Amino acid sequence: MAGEISVEQLADEMYGVVAENAGMKKMKAGDLTKAMIAKFGDQVSKQDCKSAIKLLIDSGRCVYGYYGGSSIELPRTEGAAN
Amino acid sequence: MSDDLKIPLLDELEKGPWPSFVKDLKTLAPKKPMVRDLLRQLEKSYQDKRGYWKHGGLVGVLGYGGGVIGRYSALPDEFPGVSHFHTIRVHQPSGWFYTSEALNELMDIWDAHGSGLLNMHGSTGDLVFLGTVTDELEPTFRDLTARDWDLGGSGSDLRTPSCCVGPARCENACYDTLELVDNLAHRFQDELHRPMFNYKFKIKAAGCPNDCVAAIARSDFGIIGIWKDNIQVDQAAVAEYVDSGFNVKEFVVDNCPTGCMSLEGKELKIDDSNCVKCMHCINLMSKALSVGKERGAALVMGAKAPIVEGALLGSVIIPFMEIEEPFEEMHDLLERIFEFWDEYGKARERIGECIERIGLASFLEQIELEPLPQMVTQPRDNPYIFYEEYYEEE
Ligand code: SF4
Ligand code: SF4
Repeated sequence: MAGEISVEQLADEMYGVVAENAGMKKMKAGDLTKAMIAKFGDQVSKQDCKSAIKLLIDSGRCVYGYYGGSSIELPRTEGAAN
Repeated sequence: MSDDLKIPLLDELEKGPWPSFVKDLKTLAPKKPMVRDLLRQLEKSYQDKRGYWKHGGLVGVLGYGGGVIGRYSALPDEFPGVSHFHTIRVHQPSGWFYTSEALNELMDIWDAHGSGLLNMHGSTGDLVFLGTVTDELEPTFRDLTARDWDLGGSGSDLRTPSCCVGPARCENACYDTLELVDNLAHRFQDELHRPMFNYKFKIKAAGCPNDCVAAIARSDFGIIGIWKDNIQVDQAAVAEYVDSGFNVKEFVVDNCPTGCMSLEGKELKIDDSNCVKCMHCINLMSKALSVGKERGAALVMGAKAPIVEGALLGSVIIPFMEIEEPFEEMHDLLERIFEFWDEYGKARERIGECIERIGLASFLEQIELEPLPQMVTQPRDNPYIFYEEYYEEE
């Protein structure tokens, strides 16, 4: 049932997915949500995933990126700034 | 202004009868090195016939994924003042109403943290602060939010909803555009600040079919005021128009697109069942004609400018909805639409394109709406609507 996995745990899992794919695939909020639902089934809800993304961003562990669509990425210095 | 700012091509733009942005920039240049280098870089662009900006997507303020658009000079050594030139979108108040005090407050904040240049307003509707450096983003945000301002949307999120001045200044308003847009902006804060969509999503609310915010052409989700009953006619005022020499027949009656009006003596007759609410007669005879009493809005979806695919105008998805607080019907509908888009949309595909790809019939089924005749532009030509009973009979 939704709520069995804590939001903190979900955020950690999501961070793992983002880090694993860094430099290869841009992860969208929807991709992370789908990955978590695939992994934990009905133990997580879309709302839990939303809250986990919020936690990831607010803690500064991830940032929003933009490549046409929005993505969730590891913090880095913007290439164009160099 | 110092004499060593040599910008002969830009100087040309100051000539002629129109106000020039070059003149404005020059007044700021002596106290803002950023503006000075902006002029110099622009002059070089005019000379070389190419732009020297680089766009970057990863600047912003903590917790928000929109509201800041990163921009950098491609020639930072030559023009260090504009090595960073980020844009900040400030969430506009509904209907763009400001007090002088509010404007001064905003200008003070921007003078302290940025170039002092602004754009009122951008095409999305936000008040746009033009030009600052990365290190000033958080301090600007802190000063804005401390005074109850917020950032608007950018990127693949809900863009700042915008509306016409509505009932604040306009008698044609069929619902409270200001209240609705303020409500939607608060209700969908996450969608506005935490990008989760495939692409941008614009909501525009017009109080009547005059559509002063161009919702029909510029919004993914347009809310256009409309009435269900009859146009209100003040026959005494019609007679005054006639007596004043205004040619009601030529200018009004003969230009009604459906020919549903007639003038008998000094009396104006309207066959309201054939009125398509084009607003022509009401606009021309505003003292005698006004919108009906049973008011609400038509909802249209899918408009966009021609960027990835061609331009689209919005199509009707709900011909009439009462627009009243607490706007729950609207919230529920938008949530179902976002859910659909999340499931079926592709990156960089506007929702109108997604609906075209998937088909209106499937879209309606997913968002739990019944097909209606108003959604059909050309009966039987429309590839989106299938009449199952029709095939069954065959
Ligand atoms: S859209 Fe209609 S209600 Fe809104 S300002 Fe224009 S004329 Fe008035
Ligand atoms: S609103 Fe337009 S269609 Fe309706 S009566 Fe007036 S001119 Fe005719």
